[in-house]
Amino acid sequence: MNEPARALFQLDAVEVTRGDKRILGPIDLAMPATGPVVIAGPSGSGKSSLLRLLNRLDVPTQGTVRYHGEAVATVDPTEHRRRVAMVFQRPVVLPGTVTDNLLEADPALSPEKVAEMLGQVGLDPGVARQQARDLSGGEAQRMCLARSLATEPDVVLFDESTSSLDPANAARIEGLAATLEQRGITVIWVTHDLDQLRRVARWVVFLADGLVVQAGPAAEVLAQPVAAVADFLAAGTP
Amino acid sequence: MNGPDVGVVGVVASLLLIVVAIVISWRERLGLERSIAWAATRMAVQLLAIGGALRLVLAEDASLAWSWLWVAAMVVIGGIVVTRRSPGVEGLFGLACGAIALASAASLAVVFGFGMFPLEPRTLVPTAGMLLGNGIGSTVLAARRTLAEIDEHREEIEVRLSLGRSGAEAIRPHVREALRTATTPDIERTKIVGLIALPGTMTGLLLAGVDPLDAVMVQMAVMFLLLGSGAITNVMVSRGIARKLITSDHRLVRVPPQSAP
Repeated sequence: MNEPARALFQLDAVEVTRGDKRILGPIDLAMPATGPVVIAGPSGSGKSSLLRLLNRLDVPTQGTVRYHGEAVATVDPTEHRRRVAMVFQRPVVLPGTVTDNLLEADPALSPEKVAEMLGQVGLDPGVARQQARDLSGGEAQRMCLARSLATEPDVVLFDESTSSLDPANAARIEGLAATLEQRGITVIWVTHDLDQLRRVARWVVFLADGLVVQAGPAAEVLAQPVAAVADFLAAGTP
Repeated sequence: MNGPDVGVVGVVASLLLIVVAIVISWRERLGLERSIAWAATRMAVQLLAIGGALRLVLAEDASLAWSWLWVAAMVVIGGIVVTRRSPGVEGLFGLACGAIALASAASLAVVFGFGMFPLEPRTLVPTAGMLLGNGIGSTVLAARRTLAEIDEHREEIEVRLSLGRSGAEAIRPHVREALRTATTPDIERTKIVGLIALPGTMTGLLLAGVDPLDAVMVQMAVMFLLLGSGAITNVMVSRGIARKLITSDHRLVRVPPQSAP
């Protein structure tokens, strides 16, 4: 399997089981610090389970997850999650105004900083005082991204974060992800959408049945897919 | 004072109303005939058994230790009730027993420490029964609402966790909501005391010939204790359950599936 020169995340013999059922693994994988890294595969292949290990919302049943070489099990989880932020599949709006939502990430944010954060995701700073539940789906997901960015992370994990959005809003989120990479924030993106994979990925990890079937630079993997990946690509949709 | 004189005829006469309820259920096709009959039978058997046991515990020459043992049994039964209504939460039995015992001990200390009643079997058992019996409903509700709130708002909690909030911070708004829901019936009950129904303690004292103002004073103290001890128990149970659902590394574990209420 193709190994990046410098690993952002390193998974060593990682397994996740729930009861008798194996969800993931065993997985040995290194992800590069320069993305976007796309984790792709059919529904139920373990993409989201893998992503949740990276910011420690879940822990592996066996094996070790390392971030910049350090086992994430040994670091303060609250601090780790601020460095490795997450944007969920559905825009999860917390009660209160848009400002209240951003203050959940950093209670010390000034109104000027809130306006700046909203501007970064293409939202009118005027929405700051609006009830967050009144935002449209696309606006809400951009607010969720702004909220995640308020912790000033080094990595942002997107868990199929455009699957509930229309194509225009999905494209805006993809565009914002590209700008994050330009700012030196690594994007790790889960999708089962092949078109999106081709648009977004610089590096790719293909999963099937909880196992990594191929990983490497997107151009190489897409040019020379192994049989399982070729089948997935040929199917067009999962 | 003359005690009540309820003979078999009186009980049978009151049973006629149960028959009426069963007939109504049958005619209106409510399908509750068996449930009503079972509830009435079970209640009668339970009360007869309790009555027999109370005769022994409350006898003139019975030791107070038996009464304390009775109170301890009530605490354990309370713990069992809470645990059975919220299954799958590890350690809930001990938590519920501890919370009920602590709140009851505080209330009993006020009742007997300040001389509202003399500490003897005839006062200890009914007072403890009243405090525990009235509080158990809201404790069950607090436990179930805490589990439901956390289960229903799993995404919100995980968002807060992913923003670097601690487990306690992430779960706090939902514990607060569960406690608000569980405590509201107690508050409403306190508000309407005397307006709709005369409460049990006061009624008992009036029937025993006590001056109405004295009866009211005792009832006020009891209501304060019920509200206070209910709040203590609910907070301990609700927070205790929340702590069991968050791991030491600030992750939310799966909420055990709950049956319908």
